[in-house]
Amino acid sequence: MADHAGVAGGDEVDLSRRKFLTRATVATGAVGTVFAAIPFIESWSPSESARAAGVPTELDISKLEAGQMTITVWRRSPIYVVRRTPEMVARLAGHDGELKDPGSDHSDQPAYAKNPLRSRSAEFLVLVGTCTHLGCLPKQHFAAGELYPSWPGGFFCPCHGSRFDLAGRVFDGSPASINLRVPPYSYPKEHLLLIGADEKGAA
Amino acid sequence: MRTEALLAAVLLAVAACAPQRLPAAEAEGAAKFGADWKSWRADTSVSDLASVQRGARNFVSYCLGCHSLKYERWSRLGADLKIPRQLLEHDLLPPGAKSTGYILTSMPAADAEAWFGKAPPDLSLMVRARGTDYIYQFLTTFYVDPKSQTGANNLRLPATSMPAVLSELEGLKGAVLRTETVIVEGKPKSEQVFDHFETLAPGRMSLAEYDGFVRDTVNFLDYVSEPTQIERRQLGVWVVLFLLVFSWLAWLVKREYWKDVH
Amino acid sequence: MTVKTATGAAAPMPKAGAAGRQGFWAWLNKRLPIDQFMASQVTEYYAPKNFNVWYYFGSLALVVLVLQLVSGIYLAMFYKPGETTAFDSVQFIMREIDWGWFLRYLHSSGASFFFIMVYLHMFRAFLYGSYKPPRELLWLIGMLVYLALMAEAFMGYVLPWGNMSFWGAQVIINLFGTIPGIGPDLVLWIRGDYGIADATLNRFFSLHVAAVPLALLGLVALHLVALHEVGSNNPDGVEIKEKVAANGRPLDGIPFHPYYTVKDLVGVGVFLVLLAITVFFVPTVGGLFIEAPNWEPANPMSTPEHIAPVWYFTPYYAILRAVPDQRMGALLMLIAVMAFLFVPWLDRSPVKSMRYRGWMSRSALAIFAVSFIALGYLGLQPAEGLYVILARIFSALYFAFFFLMPLYSSLDPVKPVPERVVYHAH
Repeated sequence: MADHAGVAGGDEVDLSRRKFLTRATVATGAVGTVFAAIPFIESWSPSESARAAGVPTELDISKLEAGQMTITVWRRSPIYVVRRTPEMVARLAGHDGELKDPGSDHSDQPAYAKNPLRSRSAEFLVLVGTCTHLGCLPKQHFAAGELYPSWPGGFFCPCHGSRFDLAGRVFDGSPASINLRVPPYSYPKEHLLLIGADEKGAA
Repeated sequence: MRTEALLAAVLLAVAACAPQRLPAAEAEGAAKFGADWKSWRADTSVSDLASVQRGARNFVSYCLGCHSLKYERWSRLGADLKIPRQLLEHDLLPPGAKSTGYILTSMPAADAEAWFGKAPPDLSLMVRARGTDYIYQFLTTFYVDPKSQTGANNLRLPATSMPAVLSELEGLKGAVLRTETVIVEGKPKSEQVFDHFETLAPGRMSLAEYDGFVRDTVNFLDYVSEPTQIERRQLGVWVVLFLLVFSWLAWLVKREYWKDVH
Repeated sequence: MTVKTATGAAAPMPKAGAAGRQGFWAWLNKRLPIDQFMASQVTEYYAPKNFNVWYYFGSLALVVLVLQLVSGIYLAMFYKPGETTAFDSVQFIMREIDWGWFLRYLHSSGASFFFIMVYLHMFRAFLYGSYKPPRELLWLIGMLVYLALMAEAFMGYVLPWGNMSFWGAQVIINLFGTIPGIGPDLVLWIRGDYGIADATLNRFFSLHVAAVPLALLGLVALHLVALHEVGSNNPDGVEIKEKVAANGRPLDGIPFHPYYTVKDLVGVGVFLVLLAITVFFVPTVGGLFIEAPNWEPANPMSTPEHIAPVWYFTPYYAILRAVPDQRMGALLMLIAVMAFLFVPWLDRSPVKSMRYRGWMSRSALAIFAVSFIALGYLGLQPAEGLYVILARIFSALYFAFFFLMPLYSSLDPVKPVPERVVYHAH
C-alpha cells in the first residue's frame, strides 16, 4: 500500500485504528444489509388476500345425509367431510393388524383426533383429502367388499394405490406411510362445522 | 299558464335569494361566509387516531350508501384503527358483509349511473388524486341551486352529479352572487360571480360541529388512500438515523485511509 | 510454501500472478482470472487523486441501477400487466403484500434518483471536458446509456396504468406520427392497437422488465471497459498517465482500492440517507415523482387537466411545446437530445477543464445549466402566456450552447494548464 507514487507511507499509519474503523463500518453495513433484506424476504409471505381466503371455512352439516361425503376447501386443500353411519363406525374395528399406524402416533392430527375414530365424534369425519403419499385426491369407496372381499370401506387413491379405512388410517402395502391428515376443526353451533379453527383459535 | 309560470319563477327566485338569516348563523360571524373558500384548508393529520375513527363511522353512515372503498378490507380497517372485532362487526359492517371482505357499496353500479348520470366514484384513492383540501372544500361548498338536477350545486366541483347528502347535518345554504365586469375579447361583459354564502336553514349540527365532521371524514379518507403511511413515517425515522450513523462511520474510515494521500 | 497432494508429492506451484494463493483460491485462479482482474481493475487500477464531489455520481448511478434491478424484479413478482389488472395490482402491492409499499416507493424514487445522478454525472463531463479525446467513445456509450434509460423510464411509467401513464404514452407515441411518410403506420405498429391499449402495455412490460435492462447492463459494462481503457479524467483535465514513476505508476494516481472504494462508500451513505428521506417521508415529492392524476385509473375518455411527463423529461417537453408546429417541435426535441452526441467534436477548446477555460466557455455552460433547469420547470407548467415566451427564449439559449460551441470554445481566452494535478490533502 505504501509503495506507489502519490501515496506516501503516511506519517503514523495507525493500523489498529484503521482496522477498528474498517471493521466497525463493515459490521454496521452488514447489520444494515440484513435489515434491508427483511422487506424482500417477507414480501413473499402470503398476501392479505391469501390470508383472507385462508380464514376458517364454515359448513352446514345438517344437509349432509348419513353415509354421504361432501368436499369443501380450506387453505387451498380439499376437505372431506363424511357422515358415518353406525354400521360404518362398526367396520372400523377388527383390522388394526393391517394398518401401518393404527394409533396415529406418526400421523398428523389435532389431539382430539388421535383415536381409532380419528375425529371428535363418531358421526362426522373431517379429513384433508390429500393422499399422504404424493398428494392426489383419494376416491371414496365406502361399501364393504367394494374393492376386494375383505375391504371394510374407506378411500382408495388411484395414483399409486394407497388404501385408507373409514377413519383415514392407511393400510399396509400402501405407498403412503401415514394416515390421512385431520385439520383443526370445531362445532361452534349445532349443525355448523368450522374447519380451520378450534379451541386454540384460528389456525 | 304564463302568469303561473312567472309567479312560480318569482317565488323560486325569492326563495333562493331571500336572506333568511337565523340568529345562530349570524352569531357565528357569517357576514361574508365563504368569500375565501378557495383558501380553506383541511388541516388534518392521519396520526390523530380518534379523528380517523370518527371519520370511519361518518363514512359508513353517510357515504357507503353510494361510494365504495374497494381496495380496503374491513379487517384492515379494524386492525389499523384499533377497532375491536365485536364493535367492527356490530356497528360498522353492513349486514351480510364478511369482515375479510372489501368495503363495497350496496348500490348497484348500473343503477347509480342511471340515477346520477355518473356512477359515484370509488373513494379509496381520492385523497391521493385530489388532496385533502380539495375534498374538504368539496364537502363544505354545497349550496342550493334550483336550476340543477339535484337541487344543489358545488363551488369546488361545479355541476357535480352528487346531491347535497350532508345537508341534513350542515343545513341549507344559498349562494349570493355579485355582478362583475370582465373583458372578453376586448369587449366588457357582465358576469355573475360567487360572493358569499348565506344560511337558508339550519342543520342538525352547528357550523363548528359540521366542520369537525367533515375534517374527520377527510382524515379517514386520507388514511384509506394510503393505510401504510403511519408505519412508513415511523420506520423512516429509524432508517434515516441508522444511515446517518453508517455514513459518519464510513467518513471516518475514508479520512483515516486518505491520510496516506499527499 | 509447498502444497502437498494426497500422495504426499509436492503439487505444482501456483502461477506467478496468484503468488501466495493456496488451495481453493489457487484452483479457482488457474481457471478464472480473478486475481488478475481484481489487480488490473481495482487494486492496481490508478485513478487521479484529485477527484472532487462531482466524481461521486458515476458510482452512485451504478448503485441506483442495482437498486432498480432488485426492486423491479420483486415488483414483477406481484404486478399483473394488462389493462384490467395493472392498476389494481399496484394497489394490491401497496396494501396487501407485506412491505409492498416499500418495494414500490423504492422503485419509483429510484427512477427519479437515477436521472438526478445521471444529469449531475453528465454535467461533470461538461465541467472538466471528460468527453474530449481519448474519451469520445466513452461519452458516446454514456449517451447510449442515457437514451436507454429514457426509454426504460418512459415505459416504466406506463405500467401502473394510471391516467397520466395513459395520456403521457398517448402524447409521446403520437409524436412518432410526425415522421414524414411512415409516421401513422409507425405509431400503429408501436401501439399494437388503434389507441394506447392492452397490447401497448404488455409489450412495454416485456421491454421494461427484460429487454432494456439487459441492454442497460451491457452498455454500462461497455462504459466501464471504455473508461478503464483510457483512465479517468480529473478536475484539472491533466492526463495522469503522462507523468509516471520509474515503476510505471502515475505520479498523480492512487489505487482505486482502497482509496476510492472507501470514498465512494461515504457517497453511498449520504445518497441512501436522501433516498430514505424520500421513500419514507415524501415518496411522491409533491407530485413530482408520482403525479397526482396517476392515482386514478387510465381513462381514455378523460384527459388530465395538465398532461406533463415526469420531471426528468420536462426540459425536452418544454422545447417540444415551444414550437407551435407539432412536426417542427418533435424534430427540435429530437435534435435537443441528439446534440449531446456531437459535443466531443463541437468543442474546439485546447483545454479540457473549466478551471482553465475563459469567461466565454464558463458563461455558456452556466447559461446552459440555467436554461436546462428553467426548461424543466416550464415543462411542468401549462403552455400559456408568459410560460410560452420563456420556453422559447430558453430553448434558443439551449441550442445556442451547442451550435455556437465551435465558435466560443475556440475564441475563448484560456489559462495555462498545470503540469501536475492540483491537490490539497483532506
